Amino acid sequence: MNISDPTETFRQEARELLDQLEAGLLDLEQDPSNDDLINSTFRALHTIKGSGAMFGFTAVAEFVHEFETAFDRVRKGQSKANTALIGVALDAKDHIHLLIENPDAPIDGGTEILVQLRAIVDGAAVDGHGEAAPAVVAAPAPAPVVVEAPKPADSGAKRWRLTFYLPSDALIYGTNPELLIKELAGIGPISVLALSDRIPDLDIIDPEVSYLGWQVDIEVADDPTAAIDDVFLFLRDNMELTLAPLGGEAAVAVIEAPAPVVDVAVAAPSDDAMPEAPFVPEPVVAKAAPAKKAKAAEKAEADKPAATSLRVPAERLDELMDRVGELVIAQARLSQIANSSSDTALKTIAEELERLSSGLRDTTMGIRMVPIGTIFSRFRRLVHDLSGELGKQIEFITTGEETELDKTVIERLADPLVHLIRNSVDHGLESAEKRIAAGKDPKGTVRLSAVYSGAEVAISVIDDGAGLNHERIRAKAEENGLISADAKLTDQELNHLIFAPGFSTAKEVTALSGRGVGMDVVKRTIDGLRGTIDVTTTPGKGSVFTLRLPLTLAIIDGMLIRVGDGRYTIPLAAVEECVELPAGVEANAKGRNFLDIRGSLVPYLRLREVFGLKGQGDEHEKVVIVSSGEGRVGLVVDQIIGNNQTVIKQLSKLHSGIKSFSGATILGDGTVALILDTAHLVASGQSYVERNLGRAA
Amino acid sequence: MTKTILTIDDSASIRQMVAMTLTAAGLDVIEAVNGQDGYDKATTNTVHAIITDLNMPVLNGIEFIRKYRQHPASKGIPIILLTTESDEELKRQAKEAGATGWIVKPFKQDQLLAVIKKVTGA
Repeated sequence: MNISDPTETFRQEARELLDQLEAGLLDLEQDPSNDDLINSTFRALHTIKGSGAMFGFTAVAEFVHEFETAFDRVRKGQSKANTALIGVALDAKDHIHLLIENPDAPIDGGTEILVQLRAIVDGAAVDGHGEAAPAVVAAPAPAPVVVEAPKPADSGAKRWRLTFYLPSDALIYGTNPELLIKELAGIGPISVLALSDRIPDLDIIDPEVSYLGWQVDIEVADDPTAAIDDVFLFLRDNMELTLAPLGGEAAVAVIEAPAPVVDVAVAAPSDDAMPEAPFVPEPVVAKAAPAKKAKAAEKAEADKPAATSLRVPAERLDELMDRVGELVIAQARLSQIANSSSDTALKTIAEELERLSSGLRDTTMGIRMVPIGTIFSRFRRLVHDLSGELGKQIEFITTGEETELDKTVIERLADPLVHLIRNSVDHGLESAEKRIAAGKDPKGTVRLSAVYSGAEVAISVIDDGAGLNHERIRAKAEENGLISADAKLTDQELNHLIFAPGFSTAKEVTALSGRGVGMDVVKRTIDGLRGTIDVTTTPGKGSVFTLRLPLTLAIIDGMLIRVGDGRYTIPLAAVEECVELPAGVEANAKGRNFLDIRGSLVPYLRLREVFGLKGQGDEHEKVVIVSSGEGRVGLVVDQIIGNNQTVIKQLSKLHSGIKSFSGATILGDGTVALILDTAHLVASGQSYVERNLGRAA
Repeated sequence: MTKTILTIDDSASIRQMVAMTLTAAGLDVIEAVNGQDGYDKATTNTVHAIITDLNMPVLNGIEFIRKYRQHPASKGIPIILLTTESDEELKRQAKEAGATGWIVKPFKQDQLLAVIKKVTGA
């Protein structure tokens, strides 16, 4: 993408404006008489129209013009923004989107949309006030500018006399008579006489008012009326101007006037050497102190993000992130060398570099952070459409739009969220009749919220529907052979069955929710983002799907540990604490691996066993307690080496089946350390707890 | 002396187009995203001409012109309106508020340069 191409900027801008338009229309549906909304919607249309025409998107400009004309009646209060209107307006928005993305392809459907739009707007107008305004409010055609000067009878005349006085405020309003005269000189050779007859006495003179008149004789063969109109284009309506042909070919020079003749008949007026015109005072540019009044609020309003933001192609950010990643690795190597050296100068610079690169890493990741609201808005449209298709009344509420996540995470999050929302609307919410029967508001609610939670963001899709039906899930899972008939499952485990591949509980497969290939794909995508998905449900009250996602995918703070000869990294965000494994704990444990951490039992896994390493562990083994969501597990390691900035590299496809690791990183000495998948380890810890405590009970 | 033009528009593409055109013609360009931003920039920088859109959030073009013309630094500074409407009424209001001239969108680059030359001589 070429960033310096305004056409591309326009496309990008148009996409944003269309999103704004859509959001505005959807808001308007809820709040049809909100003038601010109507105005901002109108403004979005207006900007698309204006810029579209500028950059050759004629079809866009024409279509938007009609759209705008119809919508103008809403703005003028002649018509109401009802559901039907919003529906057609959304179609119109989609049509504009198509036109912008495919400027050359022939796209049909625009006319029908406009016809519908007009029909609704006209219909609504009659309902509203009964004042049937004309469908198209035609702007009054600009009055043709006619020079009042008598048309010269003799078109063969060579000399013309032009006399003009500027409006009195012309000088302060930025008109420079000298430039006008220079322009006149472009028509033909001129001689100019300043008319001082209107200059008042010195004691009442206002230095900013334009008193001077000008008499300009032009030598030109053709009628100069049009050319002169051009020169005075901006001033014609309120200035005095007369133009008349001068009789006789050999016109006498008009130098008998008292004022000096200013001869500006130079062919090419030089650019910068602008001589100060005698009666045009150079504008006083007062270096006024910036008006920093206590208007912080107003200022904040004015400084919308756009005011100080810069558009950068996304690839450049990815590239920057890659480079920072490489820098961090190089810095780690330097630190390692410095640490094994006794050179204090080298150590100092290595520490300095570590500090800088860590700052650079944070800044770079900050740049990549995008508010999640950017994808929330498209779900509003989704819910709006679903509501129509399924005939369910739905209120869609979003919170936490400003929560920021890494750009890549956000992009990959859109599809899973679409699926979860569809699922909630389609399977979760009951029909209006059932809701009434259950004593609920016939209008269902779906909430989408995002909040920070440590180094993660928790995104929840909450519905107030029927909740997950455990009997149905169970029956279905048995039918599909996912569980055996006598399997004892906790509610939590039952809930998680819906994420199993090939699971679907909808009695009839609807067009919307697909064929049970959804939830497992959602889970896989979230796993791929190093996130977790969880569901809780209350029968009759609704369900909550919660996604927990790391803030970023690229670089994390890790804790480096050693097991045997291998080194591994644990994401620091997951580490709760580190303790020493008490000597002799095994002997007392009667085969069960639990630690007593301040009164609560925490299961622990020996990584040595998990990895299938031979040999004995170190004499003083350490336990790293990691947590994810609700569960905790202790990981027994040989040695805790320390913190390290971990640049995450994906494992190759060959290794993607390995569950205990989520990636790898390159250490300072060039060796590779695997990154532990804490979510998976915690889960196996949990099932260990259930097995053992279940057996004990 | 290089002349500085302030362009006020909420549309990034229009600002970019104006900036590219004027920069290529050897002028300096300052950009502002709405009338209020424009006012702040016009009163804290030395500008030789202002090109402003009409329909903008926060402070629209006509409001901007009214407010700016109250400021002493505005004296003699030409203000050009960018307008899509052929609406005489808006143009009249803008002129009354102190606009110097206008360009009707869509415009070509050379039309823009011609108008700038007309009001600044540059």
